[in-house]
Amino acid sequence: MAAGPMSPQELLLPVKPGFIVLTLIAALLCNLLPWSGWAMWLVPDFVALIVLYWCIHEPRKIGFLTAWSLGLLMDIADGSLFGQHALAYIILAYAGMALHRRVQRFAMAQQILHVIPLLLFIDLVVLLVRALSGADFPGHTYFLGSFTGAALWPVMTHLLKLPQRPRPDPDRV
Amino acid sequence: MEHTPPLFRTGLTPLARLMIFAMLSAVLLVADARFNYLTTLRQITGVIVYPLQRLAAAPAAMGDRIADFFVTHGALRRDNQRLTGQNLELAIAAQRTEALHKENAHLRGLLGVREQVPVPSISAEILYAARDPFSRKVMIDRGLQHDIESGRPVVDHVGIIGQVTRTYPWLSEVTLITEKGHLVPVLNVRSGLRAVLAGTGDDGKLELRFIPLTADFQIGDKLVTSGIDGIYPPGLPVAEVIQVERNTAYLFAGIACKPLAGVNAGTQVLVLGPLPAQPERPAETPAAAPQKKKGRS
Repeated sequence: MAAGPMSPQELLLPVKPGFIVLTLIAALLCNLLPWSGWAMWLVPDFVALIVLYWCIHEPRKIGFLTAWSLGLLMDIADGSLFGQHALAYIILAYAGMALHRRVQRFAMAQQILHVIPLLLFIDLVVLLVRALSGADFPGHTYFLGSFTGAALWPVMTHLLKLPQRPRPDPDRV
Repeated sequence: MEHTPPLFRTGLTPLARLMIFAMLSAVLLVADARFNYLTTLRQITGVIVYPLQRLAAAPAAMGDRIADFFVTHGALRRDNQRLTGQNLELAIAAQRTEALHKENAHLRGLLGVREQVPVPSISAEILYAARDPFSRKVMIDRGLQHDIESGRPVVDHVGIIGQVTRTYPWLSEVTLITEKGHLVPVLNVRSGLRAVLAGTGDDGKLELRFIPLTADFQIGDKLVTSGIDGIYPPGLPVAEVIQVERNTAYLFAGIACKPLAGVNAGTQVLVLGPLPAQPERPAETPAAAPQKKKGRS
């Protein structure tokens, strides 16, 4: 097999469900931070990123119900239409679960190429929902968040895998 | 092994689950957008997010407090000097207004006009701006528990910033005047003309709608609320005219304004209390009613 875009698979410890819950809460908190000005456009939807991450890496431990409820919480916090984020997150969850074997096997650069279209797609879904309810197109900056989100993907993957890495064996030289 | 894969697939396929949840979301979206059925559900979910909302707003508040702590002596002295001066000016102005107030009350009494009732207010703090790129909204830290209802006007120390549109037990959502389609009836202080000021969805830009080309509006004109809507009390500053375009090709003049209040800055706001009840709308004359029906069908 060609080594090219494939990444060698690591041996990882099983993830603790408590850790998943913790990261989801942290993502919600990040979304609720009082962003303003330009940061508001640049900041990605952290909850979407984390949902996608766990659906790709642990598709058995996170389900549609979790993604959907997180979406409802975000809808309340943002004062957007009730169900808008919920719809976006379940689409992400489905895509993550459907693609998880494929994406995991790719190296980071190729993984990002999977993440960008997925995030842009849910942006489009949200745009469509809002357009149907009578909102205007908010400008091209609307899509910036998806790109910063994809740029954060490698950092996030590294950080989230840290607790799963086995400790170095002190007896080995 | 923590997980043994089942020999036969059990339960629904992911696609079926996606469909079910997508359907649920669609039902919620329609119920919310079309019928506004979900107030209670929103309030219950609001209680769940509330601790997170407060927690997320905490670092910024703490940062502010720390920054406050390290204010230099010089800055404090400067502030003190400025505020003393301002206080003196305001005191003189207040004395004059008091006299004017009395005179006004007297004159109004003579004229038999209903006296203007002072509006009660509740102070609140902006927690964060909602991350919804399609609308201009902020969350404030007062809600149903503090007797806030939707429809209440919200002002800062300069003028109107918006209106409460949704309430949760401890928070409320304020739609800013820059929200697309948000209307405020205004009065031009200089010329006394009435108009309707509409948000454009663009930060820092408002427009006056349906103003005839010949109407007396100039750059720099101050607009205050006219109070004829029964929502905003009269006389509060709203915006300033920054651009007047009179093109005879169009029916109306294009007048752009900028909001005076710190619509995107500032954290302290006042939610104005219930306004005195407006007089009842006059009943429609029986002659007008059938005509309206005819036009509809």
